[in-house]
Amino acid sequence: MRAPSEKEAKTAEVLLAIEDVSLSFGGVKAIRGVSFDIRKGEIRAIIGPNGAGKTSMLNVINGFYHPQEGRITFRGEQRRAMRPYAAAQGGIARTFQNVALFRGMSALDNIMAGRTLKMRKNFFWQMLRHGPAMAEEVEHRRKVEEIIDFLEIQHIRRTQVAKLPYGLQKRVELGRALAMDPDLLLLDEPMAGMNLEEKEDMSRFILDVNSQYGTTIALIGHDMGVVMDLSDRVVVLDYGRKIADGTPEEVKSNQAVIDAYLGVAH
Amino acid sequence: MDLLYKIFIDPFVQMGTSPDLLVQTLWEGLVAGVLYALIALGFVLIFKASGVFNFAQGIMVVFAALTFVGLYQVLRGWGVSPGDVAAYCALALTILVMLGLAYGVERLVLKPLVNQPDIILFMATFGLTYFLIGVGELVFGGSPKTMVIEDLHLPRGAVEFKIFGGFVSLQKIDIAATVIASLMVAALAVFFQKTRIGRALRAVADSHKAALSVGISLEQIWVIVWFAAGIVALATGIRWGAKSEVSFALQIIALKALPVLILGGFTSIPGAIVGGIIIGVGEKIGEFYWGPLLGSGIESWLAYVIALVFLLFRPQGLFGERIIERI
Repeated sequence: MRAPSEKEAKTAEVLLAIEDVSLSFGGVKAIRGVSFDIRKGEIRAIIGPNGAGKTSMLNVINGFYHPQEGRITFRGEQRRAMRPYAAAQGGIARTFQNVALFRGMSALDNIMAGRTLKMRKNFFWQMLRHGPAMAEEVEHRRKVEEIIDFLEIQHIRRTQVAKLPYGLQKRVELGRALAMDPDLLLLDEPMAGMNLEEKEDMSRFILDVNSQYGTTIALIGHDMGVVMDLSDRVVVLDYGRKIADGTPEEVKSNQAVIDAYLGVAH
Repeated sequence: MDLLYKIFIDPFVQMGTSPDLLVQTLWEGLVAGVLYALIALGFVLIFKASGVFNFAQGIMVVFAALTFVGLYQVLRGWGVSPGDVAAYCALALTILVMLGLAYGVERLVLKPLVNQPDIILFMATFGLTYFLIGVGELVFGGSPKTMVIEDLHLPRGAVEFKIFGGFVSLQKIDIAATVIASLMVAALAVFFQKTRIGRALRAVADSHKAALSVGISLEQIWVIVWFAAGIVALATGIRWGAKSEVSFALQIIALKALPVLILGGFTSIPGAIVGGIIIGVGEKIGEFYWGPLLGSGIESWLAYVIALVFLLFRPQGLFGERIIERI
């Protein structure tokens, strides 16, 4: 359990704000006029039943989807839509619901790929394994090894990720996101398809990332229990609408949320 | 009986009795194979990074060679001398043109079609093919051209070796082409394995969305692979043009790359090399030893037969990734 840090959360500055965002695909409205914010240093959960628009929301934040309406303010800069490249450069990292790894590459190379934007040296020198380029490579490698130690995946460093069990793949994917030194980490269903032990490990990593590196985290989950334990504030979506927003306690006792999860008798 | 003897025994007896001819045939096979490998490499580069089978690869070879010869003639016409200065200037300018082409393809073809099904992108490369034919004919004319050999200081003549009591003669240009092709392949391999861009390229090949999420720019990667494929096309065009002449008929050599790709796998650089050599050597051996029996057209179809037989045993190719899907 995490002590509720309601007070700090309320005073902390807003890192990302979503205002009146609507997104539709043809006739299907995935998100309808949703607003919420993510404050610096908090763990923010986005929950809701299947098809509520959670992943779409993450894709909007990360620039994969461009909403038809609304504004996104990131680090005080307001825009109509994010772009994936700009999002990555601005320090937004993410994981995917159905693990999107570079399947042909080793765990180490996958995590190194997360450093792409931080590498500056010319490829020509990299090919020659020349002094400065080599020093740069070594420096990034050190950082990556730190992450590997942190996630306790030393033993699978050299293994091709496609051959790893699902739980470890999720861990490598988290490692790749961490390698970007993100300010905002978006986790799409980090616990999906995991057994109890793996869920506990993942929860511990999420809490540690938040407390050790001070990384702001937004995570998606449909499993109320785990998410409620982890997060500082929760926003609940249902059929693309926001139906509740507040601390886990507030949300748990909210009638609209209970109806959405249990269904209402008609 | 006699026919069986001729098919199954006689060729091997010949190989044993005159090994110098065998060595000569193997060498010619190797030379042809390296060329096939170069063409296949152009396909593999683009397929790996963007999942597009680039039908225009064959015409890019012709277009690169035509541009090179055309620019050389223009420079000579302006009185640039001596000839080798003109030739190397033309070469540098052609490389720039190929960069421009890569950029244009990314901007006008790939980018607007992002996230479309693969078949759409494949059809778009058909469009690109006919566009390049049109532009090539418009600018440089449709008549065949002679490759600039002397001014580029491509070696001529042959070296002869005494071996197994006979002679084997190697064309110097074949030796040079083989060395250059090997260097290009080695450079590409190091580039893919050791550099940030190489890692990004492999990443894009595996997952577009994951690559985007770590800040890899797909646009930049596409320009790079199309440029690399353009350079490979230029090398192929110069080499092939030196052998015969530069004309649009050259584009059919792209068809030679198909069996190589089937053999080597669409995603593997070493596969393209080894596949090319197997096809090249298989073709020459087949033509030399079995050709008289089966008719001389054997060279044009043997490659496909080798590839088909191969498909029966390894559908993913020599080095291709085995795709296992859960259903």
